[in-house]
Amino acid sequence: MSVKQQQAKEVALEAAGAEGPLYSSRTKIYPQSVHGKFRRIKWAILILTLGIYYILPFIRWDRGPNAPAQAVLVDLEHHRFYFFFIEIWPQEVYYLTGLLILAAMALFLMNAVAGRVWCGYLCPQTVWTDLFYAVERLIEGDRRERMQKAQKGWTLETFAQALIKHWAWLMIAWWTGGAWVLYFADAPTLVYNLATFQGPAMAYIWIAILTFMTYFFAGFMREQVCTYMCPWPRIQAALTDEYALNVTYRYDRGEPRGSVKKNAALLASGSPAGDCVDCNQCVVVCPTGVDIREGLQIDCIQCGLCIDACDNVMTKVGKPTGLIAYDTDINVKLREAGKPPLAARILRPRTILYAAIIGVVGGIMAFTLATRMDSGISVMHDRNPLFTRLSDGSIRNAYTIRIANKQTDPRRFEVRVDDYEPTQVEAIGAEKGPNGWPVLTVGPDQTLESRVFVTRPRPAAGKGNDDHDRHDLTFSLGDLVTGETVKAKDHFMMP
Amino acid sequence: MSIAPHDPSPIDAHTGTATTGHEWDGIRELNTPLPRWWLYMLYASIVWAFGYMIVYPAVPLVSSYTKGLFGWSARRAVAEELAALTAQRAPMVNALAAASLTEIEKDPKLLSFARAQGKAAFGDNCAPCHGAGGGGAKAFPNLNDDDWLWAGTLEDISATLTHGIRSADPQARVGNMPAFGADGLLKPAEVSAVADYARSLSGLAVDAKADLKTGAKVFEENCAACHGPEGKGIQEIGAPNLTDQIWLYGSDKATVVEGINKGRGGVMPNWGGRLDAGTIKALAVYVHTLGGSGG
Ligand code: SF4
Ligand code: SF4
Repeated sequence: MSVKQQQAKEVALEAAGAEGPLYSSRTKIYPQSVHGKFRRIKWAILILTLGIYYILPFIRWDRGPNAPAQAVLVDLEHHRFYFFFIEIWPQEVYYLTGLLILAAMALFLMNAVAGRVWCGYLCPQTVWTDLFYAVERLIEGDRRERMQKAQKGWTLETFAQALIKHWAWLMIAWWTGGAWVLYFADAPTLVYNLATFQGPAMAYIWIAILTFMTYFFAGFMREQVCTYMCPWPRIQAALTDEYALNVTYRYDRGEPRGSVKKNAALLASGSPAGDCVDCNQCVVVCPTGVDIREGLQIDCIQCGLCIDACDNVMTKVGKPTGLIAYDTDINVKLREAGKPPLAARILRPRTILYAAIIGVVGGIMAFTLATRMDSGISVMHDRNPLFTRLSDGSIRNAYTIRIANKQTDPRRFEVRVDDYEPTQVEAIGAEKGPNGWPVLTVGPDQTLESRVFVTRPRPAAGKGNDDHDRHDLTFSLGDLVTGETVKAKDHFMMP
Repeated sequence: MSIAPHDPSPIDAHTGTATTGHEWDGIRELNTPLPRWWLYMLYASIVWAFGYMIVYPAVPLVSSYTKGLFGWSARRAVAEELAALTAQRAPMVNALAAASLTEIEKDPKLLSFARAQGKAAFGDNCAPCHGAGGGGAKAFPNLNDDDWLWAGTLEDISATLTHGIRSADPQARVGNMPAFGADGLLKPAEVSAVADYARSLSGLAVDAKADLKTGAKVFEENCAACHGPEGKGIQEIGAPNLTDQIWLYGSDKATVVEGINKGRGGVMPNWGGRLDAGTIKALAVYVHTLGGSGG
């Protein structure tokens, strides 16, 4: 019984005077196994995505002696994010913004081309639920057996099977939580520490949380997460258009539906008869309990399994496959009106726009990543006092500077003021460099704060000449070995 | 607006979906029932809210409030966090207390810690007179410049901080600018002349009619003992250098005359007993690195 039928039943009950069905109890779903193209694609993606998730923390990446050797690592303690050759500092968190834009646009683009590709194949909720269903099927049997067992109630056998099933689910859930924490510390060390009960309490807590969440969401909540909790189906429904491919029941071809015998009789008598043999296979395989023949609906995650089921039936009854298929709204309508369908239109203004945004944002990110410097300087002029008069009458301004060294070796930087000839530049904690500028040493992968003093000669008397007020000046930070230079603009205040 | 509470045909003909049976001006509300667990979650949250009210401070009473089971208070939470912070800083604080002033300036880690500590302590204790960044004001020296009344080495600054200037501390720095005019030591004309002379020492323009000769003589007889024969000052007794460009009270003639007439003598408190040794060290390092030492 589909969810809709169940609701209709409850409504009928209400009409008969029963209490109103403002809340519905859950209809448990027993999806039947199915074979076919989309099932194979789903298996492949399941293995691929779970494989990446479980194996990634163990991949090593050599960054030299002063940095972690884990390819993907979120180092919360030192505020660093490592992704293979990329290292992100907290002040570069805008890359995260970029990633989020890319993710949203990729989702929109997928949707504009082929509907809920994300939901049907890639979403963790789908992948883990699919895996849990597979385990369930392995232990308790296919749809019919499970339904029978549910009806029969507890026997020694069903109890033992349920025990094994929940244990297997918990193991998977536990591995899921266990892999998660490995992204936040050196994976092999953490595995060893966790196994010998020396791991940090935080790690155990997170493993427990994620184990529970996986077990609960994939084992019990399942399609309810999609139907009631997730925002994406709502957004998706508002974003789709009649040119987007969606899992579609081609009612132009299928209706009027009827059993093989009945429809053959109809045809023989000269009345129209559809290809749908009303075998209900598309409904029983559906992991969300939807009847796709009722059209696009929010509960359908577009996993394509009903396509496989229907294709198998069509092959058996000797009719062309594709009664349920990825198709566009407009084509179904065109065929219904007896017109030829359009070729798939992947290039539409919206797909081009999404692709363009992905290209631009991705391009900017790649460009800035490729050209960003391994050093950085930021300067802040003292607010109090704005300037200091020295005993010989010359004027000095003080600045707080912060130098970032993003390499894994200590480096020596010379602090220069190139454009507003100072009589002297000094910095706290600096040595005198080979060119007369102060030189500061910054440790590997660190920042250093210092105070810099810039002195200018005593200004000429009188107002209105160039010596007064505010002047622009530029700090240059030069690596003494490589010569890499970064600049920061600031100003010099005169009395 | 009419509400028909019980529609005899609650299935919407167009969509085939159930309706709630409510109708507003001919528009019927479709029924999309929520799962029942959703409702249970609402109940659970209500239960949770009551539990929360029992465990945490919640209900305002006439002059107090319910304190909650564990007596949690925001004030105590802050105190605990501060204590944790102090404990976390302890190793550095101890290292700072153990190191000598020169050691601190040589060790980049200690230096930056001392400067941060010093900056905070400066804001709390020194800024009211010397300004937030040590920029000074009339009668309160600018600590950023290179002109030091009582010398500006790390040790000197530390000593000034500990014992103060003209303070109650027996080891306080003491120096005395007499009130030459008020006490009748100099006549008004002599005061005027020596004021002109003193200003000329630092290259300030003086009136063409100024009697610099008398001024020089008065200076030699009365001022040179403390300010030095060339007016360069003597830091041991806090006598300022009169030849530089820095004037603590201002360089116009009226101000200089006022100083000679009435004398000067600013007071700096002795922080020795009030701040702990580590904080004084941090302050000394902070002030020293404001730039007065020349970097
Ligand atoms: S509806 Fe939401 S939770 Fe469900 S598969 Fe789609 S994105 Fe995932
Ligand atoms: S209706 Fe078909 S595509 Fe949609 S969720 Fe069910 S089986 Fe998957």
